[in-house]
Amino acid sequence: MKIVLIQVLLIAVVVVVAARLFRSGGARSQALRRLGLLLFAGFAVVSILVPDVWNRIARLVGVGRGTDMVLYALVVAFLSFTVTTYLRFREFEVRYTRLARRLALDEAARDYPRTGGPGPSGGGGDGGDVLDEPGGRD
Amino acid sequence: MNEEVWLVVPLFNEAQVIGDVVRSAREVFPNVVCVDDGSADDSAAEAARAGAVVVRHPVNLGQGAALQTGFDYALSDPGMHWVVTFDADGQHQIDDVVAMLDLARTDDLDVVFGSRFLDDRTEAGFAKKLVLRTAVAYTNLTTKTRLTDAHNGLRLISRDVVSRLDITQNRMAHASELVAQIGGMKVRYAESPVHILYTDYSRAKGQSLWNAVNILVELILR
Repeated sequence: MKIVLIQVLLIAVVVVVAARLFRSGGARSQALRRLGLLLFAGFAVVSILVPDVWNRIARLVGVGRGTDMVLYALVVAFLSFTVTTYLRFREFEVRYTRLARRLALDEAARDYPRTGGPGPSGGGGDGGDVLDEPGGRD
Repeated sequence: MNEEVWLVVPLFNEAQVIGDVVRSAREVFPNVVCVDDGSADDSAAEAARAGAVVVRHPVNLGQGAALQTGFDYALSDPGMHWVVTFDADGQHQIDDVVAMLDLARTDDLDVVFGSRFLDDRTEAGFAKKLVLRTAVAYTNLTTKTRLTDAHNGLRLISRDVVSRLDITQNRMAHASELVAQIGGMKVRYAESPVHILYTDYSRAKGQSLWNAVNILVELILR
């Protein structure tokens, strides 16, 4: 089997991208995604070396050509990427909001100290617990 | 008597009108907290000059986030029994708030939602009505509530309910989220007719109907 330059280049790119993705984040729930990524990278190398593998898969599932198969796979991958990114972004936004709110409320407690009675009087104390409550979740 | 009420006003670039809105509100309800959501104009200073407490978001987060911040601030006052969510652009009437408060006190309610569709004082265009009706139909379908107007910014909420709310929809979908969370609690709620004053100012600033699409997407992908 003759290895062409484009194949070497593509394999290098796939390996680099996979390695970079591997390093990001760090939780148990990521294990599955990482295994999937490993399989995906392995399959990418195989399909670069043996391009006909796409044709065989295509025929297996009843799609005309391997190139169509690649396109469909890409569409699905892109859509799932869009949705996961949106959800991750929302998660990030919730945290960022809590942080900004914390700052805003602390500033307000400093600017409008309560006169008499319990209340937030510059952080700490029992008044602070009330303010802390929404941020306590998650 | 009204010392136990806090008006929560999300504030974003309303310097032209916020001073008058706060001043007229404070004639009846002395406690007003404006949550300035990163306004680029003089909104925060105008609100403070009119006597409101101003809590300033360091960056723009959205109306839903501003409401939750206002709730948290109001909760820090141990004397607070009621929170009223009130718009900054002068669309809402203080008389309506007084009526809602009376209703809640006499009928022992936890939440009173303002509704534009219980009488015909509010003049909304056909397209706006259609979108609002569709929105409320969707909200009723997906939550356990039965309302006639779910996207009204005027609401009266008891301390107990406010302390259990956690609004995470920062942008427009927070109205539905609020209804959904209240619907999930076993609390007594009712609707009260309110008059939304569509002035040229509020119309020019009001959200476009395209926002209905955004709200739907935010609700489905959460």
